[in-house]
Amino acid sequence: MPELNLTSAPAHLRHGSNIGQPLTRRDGFLKVTGQATYAADNHPPGMLFAVIAVSSIAHGRVTFLDVAAAKRHPGVVDVMTPEHKPQLAIDPEIKTNPFVFRMEALHSNEVRYANQPIAVVIAETLEAATEGAALLAPRYETLPPLVGLDAGESFVPPVVGVGNPTENHRGDVEAGLAAAEKQIDATYETPPQYHNAMEPHAIVVQWDGDSLSVDMPTQGLKLSLARIAELFGIAHDKIHIRSPFLGGGFGSKGLMGGPPVLGIMATKLVGRPIKLVLRREQMYGPVGHRAPTRQRLRLGTDGEGRLTALDHHARTVSSTFDDFYEPAADASHTLYAAPAIRTSHDAVRVNTGTPLFMRAPGEATGSIALESAIDEMAWACGMDPLAFRLKNYAEVEPITGKPFSSKALRACYEQGAARFGWAKRSLQPRQMRDDDGLLVGWGMGTATFPALMFQAEARAAIRRDGSGVMEIGAHDMGQGAWTALAQIAADELGLDIDRVAFKAGTSDLPDAGIAGGSAHTATAGAAIHSAGAAVIAKLAELATGDERSPLFGAGNAGVIARGGRLVRRDDESRGESYAEILARAGVAEVEARGTGAPNPAAMEEYAMHAHGAVFAEVKVDPELGQVRVSRMVGAFAAGRIVNPRMVQSQLFGGMIWGLSFALHEEAITDRRTGRIMNANLGEYHVPVNADVPPLDVITVEEHDPHVNALGIKGVGEIGITGSAGAVANAVWHATGVRVRKFPIKIEELLTQS
Amino acid sequence: MKPFDYVRPATVTEAVAAAAQPGAVYLAAGTNLLDLMKGNISRPDRLVDVTHLDGLDAIETLADGSLRIGALVSNADLAHDPAFATTYPAVAEALLSGASAQLRNAATVGGNLLQRTRCAYFYDTASRCNKREAGSGCDARDGENRGHAVLGWSESCIATNPSDFCVPLVALDAVVEIEGKGGRREIALDALHRLPGNTPERESVLEPGDLIVAVRLPPTARGFAAHARYLKVRERTSYAFAVVSAAAALRIENGKIAEARLALGGVAAKPWRARAAEDVLTGVAPTTDAFQEAAWRALADAKPSGDNAFKIELARRIVVRALRLAAAGTPARLPALPASPLASTSGAFHA
Ligand SMILES: Cc1cc2nc3c(=O)[nH]c(=O)nc-3n(C[C@H](O)[C@H](O)[C@H](O)COP(=O)(O)OP(=O)(O)OC[C@H]3O[C@@H](n4cnc5c(N)ncnc54)[C@H](O)[C@@H]3O)c2cc1C
Ligand code: SF4
Repeated sequence: MPELNLTSAPAHLRHGSNIGQPLTRRDGFLKVTGQATYAADNHPPGMLFAVIAVSSIAHGRVTFLDVAAAKRHPGVVDVMTPEHKPQLAIDPEIKTNPFVFRMEALHSNEVRYANQPIAVVIAETLEAATEGAALLAPRYETLPPLVGLDAGESFVPPVVGVGNPTENHRGDVEAGLAAAEKQIDATYETPPQYHNAMEPHAIVVQWDGDSLSVDMPTQGLKLSLARIAELFGIAHDKIHIRSPFLGGGFGSKGLMGGPPVLGIMATKLVGRPIKLVLRREQMYGPVGHRAPTRQRLRLGTDGEGRLTALDHHARTVSSTFDDFYEPAADASHTLYAAPAIRTSHDAVRVNTGTPLFMRAPGEATGSIALESAIDEMAWACGMDPLAFRLKNYAEVEPITGKPFSSKALRACYEQGAARFGWAKRSLQPRQMRDDDGLLVGWGMGTATFPALMFQAEARAAIRRDGSGVMEIGAHDMGQGAWTALAQIAADELGLDIDRVAFKAGTSDLPDAGIAGGSAHTATAGAAIHSAGAAVIAKLAELATGDERSPLFGAGNAGVIARGGRLVRRDDESRGESYAEILARAGVAEVEARGTGAPNPAAMEEYAMHAHGAVFAEVKVDPELGQVRVSRMVGAFAAGRIVNPRMVQSQLFGGMIWGLSFALHEEAITDRRTGRIMNANLGEYHVPVNADVPPLDVITVEEHDPHVNALGIKGVGEIGITGSAGAVANAVWHATGVRVRKFPIKIEELLTQS
Repeated sequence: MKPFDYVRPATVTEAVAAAAQPGAVYLAAGTNLLDLMKGNISRPDRLVDVTHLDGLDAIETLADGSLRIGALVSNADLAHDPAFATTYPAVAEALLSGASAQLRNAATVGGNLLQRTRCAYFYDTASRCNKREAGSGCDARDGENRGHAVLGWSESCIATNPSDFCVPLVALDAVVEIEGKGGRREIALDALHRLPGNTPERESVLEPGDLIVAVRLPPTARGFAAHARYLKVRERTSYAFAVVSAAAALRIENGKIAEARLALGGVAAKPWRARAAEDVLTGVAPTTDAFQEAAWRALADAKPSGDNAFKIELARRIVVRALRLAAAGTPARLPALPASPLASTSGAFHA
């Protein structure tokens, strides 16, 4: 792997304190000049192209593939089918751990969802492989597919999300509802959505002697490595995965799915390097999606607008062969201080690829329903939506009664509302118009996302020339890990960022945990923190134990690392450079490892969440129903902000996704066949520039001593939550029409004129 | 991809001869055709690339006041031609409301006229589609058909024509010049596209080898410059096909409508000229009542082909609005968001 030539240290850098600086992306230059190598940019000599053929039915079995026709096509080398494929070391259907998903590795002729891989054509050119796949002309025995939220008998899954209890409650919800002065009972629907990362799933793979060399975008290098190792029976140290850049993942590149496994099988079959890249439409199936939900919310309030009960039930779907349940109702655990809360889930099985984590899984779907319901409840009470939220502000986490490790939500409400001008909002809907007669509506939503931590390890070193090394197999999905984590590394090593060789993005480096759950900066940052501290301690030991050093006798705790020097804490004029220390000691480098992990004691004691408040203005054509968001303000409190520029971008992206959730995104499933009818970016709408208004992000100061040593909470997903509801509520406020099925469509708003 | 021959004829005559062979199709910018080929919807044996033919990329005013637009003029060049945009503002507005800047830079006039429907079942080779494969059936008929036709459809096909450009063109009586095996001929644009009937696979009246060489706007089309608009409701602010659109052009004399032109997009297999509506507007004052009457006339024969009844009501409202906007007068400058009902909202403007 060539060293990445990252630009570093812009002139405005405040030396010695990298955390908190708005550095531009260190990999930006590589990206805008096309030099950043994404997986599919690799072309090892002798490489062949593999193209997946996918099923066009959602349920049944493949009865015939015209392999002969495909093989006759010039350039086609081989066709991999269930009858003709290398054996795997274990059954891909076996769940060896909860982070493993059952996948199609051509292990049977059964078809369980549309766009399921059913064969792989391997050819000298992409065109030949593509045509070969078309020539397979599969025939099927078709069975009626299960489609939609009412596809069959519902059941209560054992867990939702990642091991969350399916049901949760505190207090007596029915009693709370019965005692309520006002009640609402509303049902909301959210559609299936697909991650649609810009970069399609891709793998370039080859054997290098007896080791496997893999270029593949992944949000979890070590998880992918372990999965490849068990599927192919290869030792971990014989697998090398490179994933320096991801063109977005959003959860779809977290766990190893079937397509890259097929690429590795293909290379085994033909003994040559293979490139396999999914087509856009093939991403609507085997690589996960956000499951649809139907959510019923029942809320009650007393005479003063105080919640007496909150009941949130979510119906969702999973595939017929595996289990992932969108934990939508869990969104009601943390935000509003109802004395009685119940959350529950049920599900049906449908013929779909298994749903998966998709940016804010559960939080996003749950939030739009909860924030809509809160808005409806506020209206039923005749209260301003912000006043209603403040009235029901949770001082402790409602579902557990635990105190929050920190919670600056009140400040988010205040600062966001002030910036937006919320105080001028009319209570009644359909009251505001602009100069052109368009309806204007203002809505808000509360944002929240848990502050999670996983496990990570890092290796730090100080070298003879006084420079530093920080190694961690972290993942840059575009969020800015190359930059933010290097900033943390520079601080921990007491060096300017351009004196630190920051290495990330390959499986040979220490395990950084997954880039998911908005926890990557916190987790990898914590490992970098401890590795950095450990290597500095070793260096200090060398110096303080050496009577020739000006630091002799200062003791470990008595020195600090700054600007490439160790200095005495009690007298900063006394110190020496790293290079001097190492030169005298006669060692080439000192190194140390460190780990990052959640603190179980703190987790036991505190509820840990990031929070935010989002305010949106929409304009709606009163007769034609077309909607456009014209302004959004989001104020977020997420602990320590490592790089304000990257954080702002994450929050912008989240807010845009929230807008998209409310107004645009939807996979349209043919109810008869279970096939997705808009599996392309022309018809699967995400916002374009003209849909995105000026966005205003405020990061509210928040100091959290409990979440982790650096006080980082994570910002990757929270931006969607709150935002989707804010836009939906603004549409109601503009029109007086409450749409409970998302995305909001023009026809719903044509009712009045 | 299926292997195909690629030929680049030097003259129109050669092009016609090459394209008249079975399995041959014309390639212009390819923004539609290549997508169809990659998806296996079109599997031509031979592409006849017309983009290098001489003399098809001019915009010329003829002696009689007609405007002749060569088939290879790009959508962007035409829309941004200042004289064109002032004289035929609704056409420029329609062009700029279509696709994206990148696509408009590439897409040609001829290709735009002959772009295929966006019916999802047409695009999906696993579905039955009479248009793609004659007689196979129509999976849209009972499928996800919220966007399908409400006028002129048949049990065989309920697809719509997606072109924005064609809508004001048909309102302005545009004429298509065609070079074919039998030489040059011309037909009204209104007669170019066919309604599906029992043969939805035949989308236009063109014969194999027929090459569109130009589109002509007759002298009368100039008379509407002061009162002509295109209005397009879509599901995102830009870069989306019309849910429903309308082109309205009026000639107003002494406070009365001397002549009205109205056409609808996104409602039928062809750009839909609403002559009955035009008739009721002739000679009356441009009032909302009159526009509402026109809207009822325009949609009198409309009927849902599926989950799309809302499109009928939406179309009526769009007609009224487009006529109101046209009556108010063509704006001095094209709005930043051409054809959008939200053109005036503040925010970042990107067409
Ligand atoms: C993502 C996307 C969004 C779009 N959005 C819109 C939109 O909002 N509104 C809109 O109106 N359009 C839209 N379009 C369609 C676009 O306008 C057309 O693709 C384009 O106009 C086609 O022109 P072309 O030169 O690329 O034609 P090609 O793709 O080259 O050809 C199209 C067809 O016309 C035939 N053809 C081309 N030129 C001639 C000729 N001179 N004589 C005879 N036959 C000919 C070809 O054989 C082919 O069948 C969109 C397209 C895409 C891909
Ligand atoms: S509506 Fe027309 S284009 Fe669509 S599937 Fe039916 S026949 Fe084909």
